[in-house]
Amino acid sequence: MKKVCRLDGLGCANCAAKIENAVAKLDGVSAASVNFMTTKMVIEGEEARMDEIMAQATAIVKKIEPDVVVRKA
Amino acid sequence: MKFSENQKRLVKTLIGAAVYVAAIATRVEGSLYSLGAFLAAYFIIGGDVLWRAIRNILRGKVFDENFLMSLATVGAFIVGDFAEAVAVMLFYQVGELFQDYAVDQSRKSIAGLMDIRPDYANVQRGDTLEKVDPDEVKVDEIIVIKPGERVPLDAVVLSGSSSVDTSALTGESLPRDVEEGDTLLSGCINISGLVTARVTKEYGESTVSKILDLVENAGNKKSQSENFITKFAGYYTPAVVIIAALLALIPPLVVPGATFQDWIYRGLIFLVISCPCALVISIPLSFFGGIGGASRRGILVKGSNYLEALAQTEIVVFDKTGTLTKGIFQVQQISPVGISAEELLEIAAYAESYSNHPISLSLQKAYGRAIDSARISGVEETSGHGVTAQVDGKTVAAGNAKLMRRLGIAFTEPVDVIGTVVYVAQDGVYRGSILIADEVKEDAKRAIAELKEAGIRQTIMLTGDAKRIGERVSTELGLDRVYTELLPADKVEKVEALFTEKSPRGKLAFVGDGINDAPVLARADIGIAMGGLGSDAAIEAADIVIMTDEPSKIATAIRVSKKTLRIVKQNITFALLVKAVVLLLGALGIASMWAAIFADVGVAMLAILNAIRMLNVKSIR
Repeated sequence: MKKVCRLDGLGCANCAAKIENAVAKLDGVSAASVNFMTTKMVIEGEEARMDEIMAQATAIVKKIEPDVVVRKA
Repeated sequence: MKFSENQKRLVKTLIGAAVYVAAIATRVEGSLYSLGAFLAAYFIIGGDVLWRAIRNILRGKVFDENFLMSLATVGAFIVGDFAEAVAVMLFYQVGELFQDYAVDQSRKSIAGLMDIRPDYANVQRGDTLEKVDPDEVKVDEIIVIKPGERVPLDAVVLSGSSSVDTSALTGESLPRDVEEGDTLLSGCINISGLVTARVTKEYGESTVSKILDLVENAGNKKSQSENFITKFAGYYTPAVVIIAALLALIPPLVVPGATFQDWIYRGLIFLVISCPCALVISIPLSFFGGIGGASRRGILVKGSNYLEALAQTEIVVFDKTGTLTKGIFQVQQISPVGISAEELLEIAAYAESYSNHPISLSLQKAYGRAIDSARISGVEETSGHGVTAQVDGKTVAAGNAKLMRRLGIAFTEPVDVIGTVVYVAQDGVYRGSILIADEVKEDAKRAIAELKEAGIRQTIMLTGDAKRIGERVSTELGLDRVYTELLPADKVEKVEALFTEKSPRGKLAFVGDGINDAPVLARADIGIAMGGLGSDAAIEAADIVIMTDEPSKIATAIRVSKKTLRIVKQNITFALLVKAVVLLLGALGIASMWAAIFADVGVAMLAILNAIRMLNVKSIR
């Protein structure tokens, strides 16, 4: 299942790469991609665990970029 | 909101800069007043950086740029370089502001470039015309598009005629005429007349939303350069910080006469240069610009990785029919003997009227009038030869050379033609020949020449057609090689064999029309589909979709790709070189903090300015 969300206020390309790597390593995630230019994050993962994955991904974003707000696309 | 945030930061930075200038102007060595003035400037300018650094450390995250900048500047204060400490913070903030501004601007300019999203649809519901969001319109609903409006969803014209501007989708400036029964693609602009149309696809499936989606998400597929630089950044920062620490601590303890003040200063220079963000930012910025610009010219690139691979293309393999040729068989030449051209075409069309072979169809199309079946009788078709029939009481034979020989009719073979020749005889008398051929696209020859110019080593054509026809087309267009009489499955095999002819890093691109060559498109390093406008299969199967029918767009795409890559390489080389030199000079004690500021902020600015050039793709032919 594919989930898309916006990362509002994403201003640092290196942090975008860090978020992408960290989210991709989460359990149940098969692929993750953060597009710095469109400030969109696409996560592909197991449907049943999507809520849990999203919560963990949001926590990762908060840790790497505290000022970024994760929003539904 | 974002904008006012930036304005606030700008004002704060300007005030801080003014205080800083005042502090320098009134500077008195060793005075507490001077220290106070510098500290004031420092906190005005960099208070938020300091605060974020502390907050992030509390969250267990060290080594981000806030922390590095705070450490470098606080360190500079401690060793007594007040002016430099404030300057580092000031330029860092100016650099950040500039970076945010540049990124915002390019995000906006791409959004503008991609401004093909329809805002509303006029739907006929009951007796009224409702203005609704295109998302809410269902298939088979009736929509009305007025002159000047954008076609909101893919639809078929029910009534009315107009010309539509497809330039937003294809880059083609010539308007296209549409009338009843024609397909309307979403994203085009209706220019002249009022058109009523039946919706054929929901908004999410419509051409416009597919294109937008494709271009926006192209950046999700990362290029090798981007992966390289983010990976590099992951090692670079910790390495530089560790060297900085070693530099500050070890020499003063080991080397006699070395002071902590001097070596800590050298360590701080390292910290200033250790931020990788600016280096990282210029790469997605360049690719985004390149992909956006290409889409503006009717070339859809489905990922940064494909745009990157395109620059390394060495071999371009073309399918013939529908790619280099129009894929439409037409009567090209009528050579009558003893009768008029019209009569020759008429009897041929009649004789062939019972066949639905592409050749017969093109004869009837050229004849252009209805066939009166009462005039024909006794039709006899010999497979692989042709037809004989009674037309107006006379025996007409129409077919290839074999048919003429079998009937013992003397005929003249036209010399130097590409295509299929239909010979016609009437009551045993040779009446002439008709040449039917698939036409080469207008820009096909130019496309091959431009590819050569763009550095493609080999251009190769694959076709299922006869050897003679394939070779003629190939020679006419200036292709390097041609493989003829291939079955669809042979094409995959041929492409696989050609892989061995490129260098290890080189790429092979296959260009097809996306209709029956999906396996080959998938097998090639880069699959390019032509004339993809409105064809889902082509958009699915290919990595790059040329929206128009012009093969010359492939050369344009390669030029866009090469320019993007050139900028990316310039940025990586320049940034790494400057950083390495300043690091080295800093370690030797030759470079000052000012050089470090340039290596960080200055390089970032230059890299971004360089990347922004990519947004101006008009400069590429």
